[in-house]
Amino acid sequence: MATQTQHSTTRRDFLFVATGAVGAVGAAAVVWPLINQMNPDASTLALASIEFSLAGIEEGQSVTILWRGLPVFVRNRTAKEIEEAKAVPLSELKDPATDESRTKEGHENWLVMIANCTHLGCIPVGESGEFDGWACPCHGSQFDTAGRIRKGPAPTNLVVPPYEFINDTLIKIG
Amino acid sequence: MSEHSTYTPGSGIEKWLDERLPIIRFSKEHLMDFPTPKNLNYWWTFGAILVMCLLVQIVTGVILAMHYTPNIAMAFDSVEHIRRDVNGGRIIQATHAVGASMFFAAVYIHIFRGMYFGSYKAPREILWILGVLIFLLMMATAFMGYVLPWGQMSGWAATVITNIFAAIPVIGTPLLELLRGGFSVGNPTLNRFFSLHYLLPFVIAAVVALHIWALHVPGNNNPTGVDVKDSRDTLPFHPYYTMKDLFGMVLFMIPFAWFIFFAPDILGHPDNYIQFDSQVTPAHIVPEWYFLPFYAILRAIDFNLLFIDSKLLGVIFFGGSILILFLLPWLDTSKVRSGNFRPMFRWFYWLFVINFVALTYLGAQPADGIYVLLSKICTAYYFIHFIVILPVLGRIETPRPLPTSISESVLSKSHA
Repeated sequence: MATQTQHSTTRRDFLFVATGAVGAVGAAAVVWPLINQMNPDASTLALASIEFSLAGIEEGQSVTILWRGLPVFVRNRTAKEIEEAKAVPLSELKDPATDESRTKEGHENWLVMIANCTHLGCIPVGESGEFDGWACPCHGSQFDTAGRIRKGPAPTNLVVPPYEFINDTLIKIG
Repeated sequence: MSEHSTYTPGSGIEKWLDERLPIIRFSKEHLMDFPTPKNLNYWWTFGAILVMCLLVQIVTGVILAMHYTPNIAMAFDSVEHIRRDVNGGRIIQATHAVGASMFFAAVYIHIFRGMYFGSYKAPREILWILGVLIFLLMMATAFMGYVLPWGQMSGWAATVITNIFAAIPVIGTPLLELLRGGFSVGNPTLNRFFSLHYLLPFVIAAVVALHIWALHVPGNNNPTGVDVKDSRDTLPFHPYYTMKDLFGMVLFMIPFAWFIFFAPDILGHPDNYIQFDSQVTPAHIVPEWYFLPFYAILRAIDFNLLFIDSKLLGVIFFGGSILILFLLPWLDTSKVRSGNFRPMFRWFYWLFVINFVALTYLGAQPADGIYVLLSKICTAYYFIHFIVILPVLGRIETPRPLPTSISESVLSKSHA
């Protein structure tokens, strides 16, 4: 018996490790669907794109709509707000982005952004804060008239979702 | 610790059972004869009080689940239904909600008692670590329970807390969607939180069993911090400490009952009586009082550090403020357990307590003006206490002479 235990690897050791490895892979394969069921389901994913009519939103008016369960700000900006946003030098910005990069060409008055603060997801309050944009009531982040982060803990600008103009008064988000 | 057992099966049935499942022997050893230091003060009754709190939450929670509906269309109304229509539901729901606060009040006292008397020091490190684990599980359970009534505070707490995970680089957003079961907090989120809120208390109960097991290996610490030397230092757990613990529970039930019967909503927020609206955040959102110190730390970090942005950094500090408790047994370098014999530690201990209370206060204040600066100072001090003060104190402090034994310290007190 003593001679057998001195063998470094035996056929039995190999089978033992191989069985264990297959067992581990099998266990992982079983666990994955048990976790994956928590991911967004088909009915949630089915709401991926919506169309929204801009007709009826006056200059200076802002509406909040839902896209994939997320609130989205659609704001018809005033000329003063656009000017303010354009006047800010990029060097003053925490997450530098030009005003043009946050709107669509020829539709610069329209600002479309996901309404959740990029810090922890609260909904900032419009037309408030030191920068005439949005101020988040939760942790004090402040955004300017182009939705760019100017002050507070939020790391990035309010997110512009993928969208396009179908015609002058109709947009498709997603 | 079978050596302390005096159990001899009396009847034939007891003898038969003892040879197959020695459950009576086990209970006698651990619940009755267990040798317990004879100088334990009332701060030591909070362990038993916490077991009571867990039982109260489980019993009331199981009852509430018989009447609650975990669906975003009906959850809010079903809680109102419990409060208005269900027989005795008003009291049972209040007991569960107030019970969460009382549970945390007791656990904070229990933790701070352990910190003062050095209960985390060798050989009780595992006991302490299991305790911190229970604390973490309690936080998760309380958070998910708070979401269930589906009021404004519920929904926004769910949004903000799940968003914390989005700060993790690379896997953050997929993880966030996995947790929520959608792009925003919605019905899948509520449903899984209900499932997990029902599960976790039983996980806590299991870790509590481990916690008590780990306690019964070295036995209780005590106010002198001196090890038990012989049987003159101890008393059997029953009847001495079963009665003392019961008396402690009765005293604890007085404020508990006062809240339930006279002010069930005083610890909550009026905003939570408005149904969750994913398009409007309440003007001033604050978590429940027991999360405020950690919330203040999360909010205090509004600056970037090197390549780490403010959001991730806040989350690192927030997580670190709790995780650092796991390391406490090794951060405190002093060999003396009890703060009673550590003249310098005592000052810093109370300073830490005051700082913790200050963080609680700051967590409830709006995030602007002087509060932001004060939060930063208190956050810094919280970490300095663990990382600088405790390791240094153990080296420079001269502790007062320790009594040679527990019984000597008890006797010298009674003669004085």
